[in-house]
Amino acid sequence: MSDTKHDANGLSFQPPSDVDVEKRKFLIQATVATSAVGVAAVAVPFVGSMLPSERAKAAGAPVEVDISKIEPGSMMTAEWRGQPVWIIHRTDEMIAKLDAHNSQLSDPNLDVPQQPEYCKNKDRAINAKYAVMLGTCTHLGCSPNANFVETADWDGGFVCPCHGSKFDLSGRVFKGSPAPTNLVVPPHQYLTETTLLIGEDKKAEA
Amino acid sequence: MAEKKVSTASNALAGVVDWVDARFPLTSNIKNHLTEYYAPKNFNFWYFFGSLALLVLVMQIVTGIFLTMHYKPDAQEAFASVEYIMRDVFGGNIIRYMHSTGASMFFVVVYMHMFRGLIYGSYRTPRELIWLFGVGIFLVLMGEAFFGYLLPWGQMSYWGAQVIVNLFSTIPFIGPDLSEWLRGDYLVSDATLNRFFAFHVIALPLVLLGLVAVHLIALHEVGSNNPDGVEIKALKDKKTGIPLDGIPFHPYYSVKDLVGVVVFLMVFAAIVFFAPEMGGYFLEANNFVPADPLKTPAHIAPVWYFTPYYSILRAVPPIGISQFPGVVAMGLSVVVFAFLPWLDRSPVKSIRYRGALYKRWLTAFIVSFLILGYLGTVPADVWGQFGAWMGKADRATVVARVCMAVYFLFFALMPWYTKRDKTKPVPERVTY
Repeated sequence: MSDTKHDANGLSFQPPSDVDVEKRKFLIQATVATSAVGVAAVAVPFVGSMLPSERAKAAGAPVEVDISKIEPGSMMTAEWRGQPVWIIHRTDEMIAKLDAHNSQLSDPNLDVPQQPEYCKNKDRAINAKYAVMLGTCTHLGCSPNANFVETADWDGGFVCPCHGSKFDLSGRVFKGSPAPTNLVVPPHQYLTETTLLIGEDKKAEA
Repeated sequence: MAEKKVSTASNALAGVVDWVDARFPLTSNIKNHLTEYYAPKNFNFWYFFGSLALLVLVMQIVTGIFLTMHYKPDAQEAFASVEYIMRDVFGGNIIRYMHSTGASMFFVVVYMHMFRGLIYGSYRTPRELIWLFGVGIFLVLMGEAFFGYLLPWGQMSYWGAQVIVNLFSTIPFIGPDLSEWLRGDYLVSDATLNRFFAFHVIALPLVLLGLVAVHLIALHEVGSNNPDGVEIKALKDKKTGIPLDGIPFHPYYSVKDLVGVVVFLMVFAAIVFFAPEMGGYFLEANNFVPADPLKTPAHIAPVWYFTPYYSILRAVPPIGISQFPGVVAMGLSVVVFAFLPWLDRSPVKSIRYRGALYKRWLTAFIVSFLILGYLGTVPADVWGQFGAWMGKADRATVVARVCMAVYFLFFALMPWYTKRDKTKPVPERVTY
């Protein structure tokens, strides 16, 4: 390596010998560091702009549902944050049968926190009559179809059309399904005997 | 005087060229990349697919520009605007079908192009970077196809995007927040559609064009491989320095490629005019139903070019409650191509001089790839279940797992079987 360098016109020049290399190094590092801070600061609005907007957040507010018109043994679908929320009016027979197939379930005792604490009970509900859950499969987010027709080895429940995951009437997943966990029970509370508020529970209110 | 008059026109042109050359390397670029770019003279039909990919890229950009003149990236209007293009815009149906057929044909051409690289060892030294840029192009192309598929806002668009974005939620710790950030909402919505439009029409096309440029610059720096895997630059004419087995790209290959273009356009036009939906493989039936966030279609399948990787995603069982292993396997099945230049330890490049061992592995890989591709288009219980002795597992899932094993072993064992393979001697000059 020669110290002689050539500029664009082919003229040679000597770098000045009294360069403070340490100072130059420091200045380069300081410039790079300062620029990095600047780049990070500029990135904030760009990255942040892709987050859910205020409007999207407002649209995600809790919804009130009148459940008085659901016939026993049938269900309705409400919409919260654009997701289907199932409210299933279970008959006493249906509730009685929930325990019968516990051995075929992946998580019969609700160990994985897919429900609020106040639904971690035998019926997976505040009021055993009404099961509330998000109708999106925990596998890849498809919406399972209801199949309440009972057969010898089926006590009624849901079957996902995408990859065949099976859930019971409490939204608990059967073993051998691609879905790893039970369906999610969203936060909810009863405003009156027949009015549900989905998306907010009593804890959040207090 | 008389002589001068006859040649004024060409003199004027030469003058203009000289004027430009003094300010921009026009002539030298034409020479470097076309008239004095020497390609091996033994190219066969496999070498059509590179220039065909470029042709499809141009077609996609042009048809895409015209589609954006009428399309509305808005959840309320998107589906209707596509139908408007199909029914009310003059020529709109042809332009849209050219774009949708172009998407599938892009993958047909690129898969052929990749297979060519595979069998003739085009990824080997000194072409590793060309291959890596190519893998980058493939990844960006997959992104382009995915983002573009949401835009018609049909049922399959919507639920396909839902499934793919949810793949990101399986990433430990940051997953759920990451997918919310990608969607810009708690579910796939107008915000998602709007940003996917931005990615599809400007962000990724810019990246794609950049990658195509460096792919070609790298190619023209080291020169093309050929079906014999012989380096033509090793033997040059002593006087001219031109490779003995090289011929100028223009006019020889520009004219030859034109033949490929004509055949390709015949096939392309036949699809556009007679079978634009290709029996549900190019445009899925469910996508003619507007997106409905509350109703999942009975069977969700990606478009055919994603199905091999989708099969791998489905085939991997969850570990505990995490779907992440399947997602990692799917990602790996695409990215693994990037490692080929360093996995292949064979002394020869081309399949013509490789032994039976490599050919068997390659055949097993291709068969597995095709089976996985088929299985990804059908439900997991398509072949029914095994008996109790196999735990009543879906037959198709078991087959997919076997194919997945072969798929990954093709790469994982490559350093071993390519070294051990009985190769044939490679000639000094290309054969044809």
